Amino acid sequence: MANLHRFANPNRFLRFSRVILPWLAGITALLFIVGLYYALFASPADYQQGETVRIMYVHVPAAWISMFGYSVMAGASATALIWRHPLADITARAAAPIGAGFTLITLATGSLWGKPMWGTWWVWDARLTSVLILFFLYLGHIALSRAFDDPTRGAKAAAVLALVGFVNVPIIKFSVDWWNVLHQPASVSRLAAPAIDPSMLRPLLIMALAFTFYFLTLLLLQIRAELTHRKVRALQLAQASAQ
Amino acid sequence: MNAAFVILRRELHLALRGSGDSATTVLFFILAAILFPFGVGPEASILARIGAGVIWVVALLAAMLSLERMFLTDYEDGSLELLTLAPLPLELVVLAKIAAHWITTGLPLIVATPLLAILFGLPPQAFPILLLTMLIGTPTLSLLGCIGAALTLGARRGGVLIALLVLPLYIPVLIFGVGAIDAAVTGLPVRPHLLILASLLVVALPLCPWAAAAALRQALD
Amino acid sequence: MGGHAAFIWPALGLTAAVLILMLVATLYSLRSGEAALSRLKATREPRPGRRSPAPDAG
Repeated sequence: MANLHRFANPNRFLRFSRVILPWLAGITALLFIVGLYYALFASPADYQQGETVRIMYVHVPAAWISMFGYSVMAGASATALIWRHPLADITARAAAPIGAGFTLITLATGSLWGKPMWGTWWVWDARLTSVLILFFLYLGHIALSRAFDDPTRGAKAAAVLALVGFVNVPIIKFSVDWWNVLHQPASVSRLAAPAIDPSMLRPLLIMALAFTFYFLTLLLLQIRAELTHRKVRALQLAQASAQ
Repeated sequence: MNAAFVILRRELHLALRGSGDSATTVLFFILAAILFPFGVGPEASILARIGAGVIWVVALLAAMLSLERMFLTDYEDGSLELLTLAPLPLELVVLAKIAAHWITTGLPLIVATPLLAILFGLPPQAFPILLLTMLIGTPTLSLLGCIGAALTLGARRGGVLIALLVLPLYIPVLIFGVGAIDAAVTGLPVRPHLLILASLLVVALPLCPWAAAAALRQALD
Repeated sequence: MGGHAAFIWPALGLTAAVLILMLVATLYSLRSGEAALSRLKATREPRPGRRSPAPDAG
């Protein structure tokens, strides 16, 4: 906790984010360039999926980030509720719209992959349904955290919701193993012997890293924006009460 | 424990005094369900096919109607604050409120269900399973809904917000409730669906009052 | 693209669109907040000068 509290001071956090942001942005750009090169040009077509495997290089990373984002949000919410850490509230609030964006990408690209491969835009299996629920949980979190006149009350209510909704994350993760569904089981997680060829694993992992760094960049920017808006509100209140 | 019963009695008393509530919920349940024959046409085979799903979906919506007022009146007149100061743990108070909510909405819905099952012409072997799934499923709806009600206390547009928060959480109950009935109709084993439905209830029973009590404490801070 | 270009390019394009949209929205929110902050600070600067004689006047 000692490390965490070093960043409890928003000004120190702002200084830290100013130093680290250019690095994050640079690494993200580099990873996207290399990842897209491998994903689009330097990797073969799959013998079953054909060229549509290239959709996987954005679909799978987006799906990972949509769950990672929710975990960040739930972790920050727990920190906010238990230790009342001031930045945790802001982190949870900032992560929600970004996570929702990645979930939207997951659903849309999955749909565009499903049409040529399964012959349908959408099937109501456990994996797809639980990701759809994840999307609605993100939207509910966004709506709830902005539904109160007092922003701290909204943050607390949203934090409880984030923790309740976390039940959904393991369900998404294991839905393909628990139920026999159309969606294929994970082929990367078996680290010892991944069921995927290195020529395809490479673009997938680079794109996943690129998405992760993009998420972190956006998160830092969004936290900074939230902090600025909070400062503006505090100043306005101080001025209003001074008059 | 005695105090919990006092609170349960108080809740039931309040609910019964404003007794229109249960009747309105049941009326909504029936009215919304009989919209479907007009919407999809009166063909008996289609209605029998979709009947179980329609009844369950409409039951979800009907159970949501009275959620908003679960804590709102107590919140506005300050008695909620008194209840948190009571020697009884807040979780038990919340559980009593959930029980009262189920008795005033879930139970009437179950009573009205056979009528709808007849109107939709459900196959006779589905009747007992339909009632059984409602019996196991509707308490879970009250439990989950209670979290939504506690979270939205004092929010703008609380009612719409509850729907947005609670409906995604209701989906698993719906899936396994309807799954059991479909299995009964097609002659597949019903037990796995019922067991999952029951385990949802068992998991929700301790966790939901706890989460809702945490949300209430945040609201009253 | 093996006959599936009609699905692959929209998928990539949509991903890029959502990613860029999120960045633009975040940057816009950051800029508008910083602009409001500097406006507030600008109006606050002269205030101590104005406010110090106020007790005498009242």
